[in-house]
Amino acid sequence: MTTEMKASVLKNLDAVRAMIRRHKRNDMLFAMVGLVALMLGLLTLLTLFIDLVMDGYPRFNLQFFSDFPSRRAGSAGLLSAWVGSALVMLVTFLTAVPVGVAAGLYLEEYAPKNWFSDLIEINVSNLAGVPSIIYGLLALGLFVYGFNFGQSILTAGLTLGLLILPIVIVSTREAIRGIPVAIREAAYAVGATKWQVVSDHVVKYSQGGILTGVIIGMSRAIGETAPIITIGALTFIAFLPPSPISDVAPFINFQWLDSGFTVLPIQMFNWLSRPDHAFHINAAATGAIIIVVTLLMNGTAIYLRYKIRKNIKW
Amino acid sequence: MNTATMTENTTTLTISPRLAKSVRRNIKERVIELILMLAALSAVFTTFAIVAILFYESFGFFKTVSLVEFFTGTEWTPLFEDAHYGILPLVAGTLTTSLVALAVAVPIGTIAAIYLSEFASHKTREIAKPILELLVGVPTIAFGYFALLFVTPLLQKVYPVLPGFNMLSAGLVMGVMIIPYIASVAEDAMRAVPMSMREGSYAMGATRFQTAIRVITPAATSGIVAAYILAISRAVGETMVVAVAAGQQPNFTFNPTEGAATITAYIVQVAMGDLPHASIGYQSIFAAGLVLFAMTLGFNLIGHVVRKKFREQY
Repeated sequence: MTTEMKASVLKNLDAVRAMIRRHKRNDMLFAMVGLVALMLGLLTLLTLFIDLVMDGYPRFNLQFFSDFPSRRAGSAGLLSAWVGSALVMLVTFLTAVPVGVAAGLYLEEYAPKNWFSDLIEINVSNLAGVPSIIYGLLALGLFVYGFNFGQSILTAGLTLGLLILPIVIVSTREAIRGIPVAIREAAYAVGATKWQVVSDHVVKYSQGGILTGVIIGMSRAIGETAPIITIGALTFIAFLPPSPISDVAPFINFQWLDSGFTVLPIQMFNWLSRPDHAFHINAAATGAIIIVVTLLMNGTAIYLRYKIRKNIKW
Repeated sequence: MNTATMTENTTTLTISPRLAKSVRRNIKERVIELILMLAALSAVFTTFAIVAILFYESFGFFKTVSLVEFFTGTEWTPLFEDAHYGILPLVAGTLTTSLVALAVAVPIGTIAAIYLSEFASHKTREIAKPILELLVGVPTIAFGYFALLFVTPLLQKVYPVLPGFNMLSAGLVMGVMIIPYIASVAEDAMRAVPMSMREGSYAMGATRFQTAIRVITPAATSGIVAAYILAISRAVGETMVVAVAAGQQPNFTFNPTEGAATITAYIVQVAMGDLPHASIGYQSIFAAGLVLFAMTLGFNLIGHVVRKKFREQY
């Protein structure tokens, strides 16, 4: 009797141990699969980047940056594209940052809790989900033909400004939300007005967070292709826009805003859609450059946020 | 008596400039608040402008084309002599590429999310999350190059009859692109499940894997489903990968090994050519854009509702 029970307990024990082993193995297996799944994106990006660099390396020289596009792939360059990108980014920065930060400040510091601020909030989160090409259609109908800005740097800059507005607004709000109420109360206690509190304290302490959002937004804008194509940007530009700085007073001019332009991703798309393989080399080199620029910007932003999180202790 | 008049005099003298200053201050405060509010309203304005432009231009389109033909026609040739205006081929292309993308991104993204939330150490998570963010920031035109000139030739080695432009490679690359998106949204949902539920499960002798599959995943279902829906919306609105790699020929098919234009690819194709303002071809991209906008808006709304309504309360 007792020996039988002992035997069955031992048998059960073995079964239980086997089950535990099996389950532990499953755990290990899943952890491995999970790690692979997580790495897949990174591996793809690495493959993509190595592929671009290997395909495009013959074009990595200064000539490539100082030449205009050309019918011959070997002597075609990026000059008009990178100048165009820089000017468009300038307009984007000047529109998205003030408007986005102001909107974020209003929603966090001023807006009363009612249907009106709900409406604005719903719109901001909805806009973040609108496909970028729709912004292109908006710009085509409104800026190009409605306001008659034409297919200019101004139109492109404004379009991308609208596109990254939700990013700037959301990151501004997040940065502001981290500031304790005590700081505001202290400022009010010594007689500051609301705007003094906001401009001297709230904005100041959230600068880092806002900057992070701005960088992420700008890096998004620099790689955007679809909205710029949709406004009908030309792809073959063999001239530079008029310089923003002139040698006669008042030393700056705004003619460049009206100028036709091309940007890096559009130049890449143009080369990529040609059947001639020689142009694909140019496209690969351009792609590698765009990836390096956006990764550097995003990397800076992420590092900045990490530093801020570590350093600020209220 | 004398002293009383003196104090009265000084108070009247000192109060009035103060009062004036305070009035000026109040006006300034109000003006600033108004400016900030206008900035916040720009989000509402943008949404309104998008809807207005899409409807306005589509209205011209639907004067020539009946709604019945638009939604049931299986041929899309607005730029041909013999013009047909059935949107179905473009919708089919859009859905096919999106489904291929989801077939890649949903399983891999979910597994990566479970791994990040339940298996990964704190350190791994600290490294992995920023990398996921970097991946989201890579410009989509670079992925287009990858799909056309790396993935398609690779697939052709396995399946030689695959055409150079096909929805399969575009969809696969798009899938890898949206993995980080699903992974991070789903991970947030899983991390929001309270620790006590995990501890309860572990206390019953469950392994990590059992806890993840039978406790955490069901508890976070709403957030995970919302991640999928938001990912669909992104896939539907994605432009450059499909414009480069899936071809620009409208083709009423759900077979991913064929090439077919998506809604976004069609808009790009028309915008690249130089169509006169207010022609039917010009208006057709707004009608197509309206369908795209409605699709993404629908998915986004469902996503938000699912996340809000079905969130488990603990």
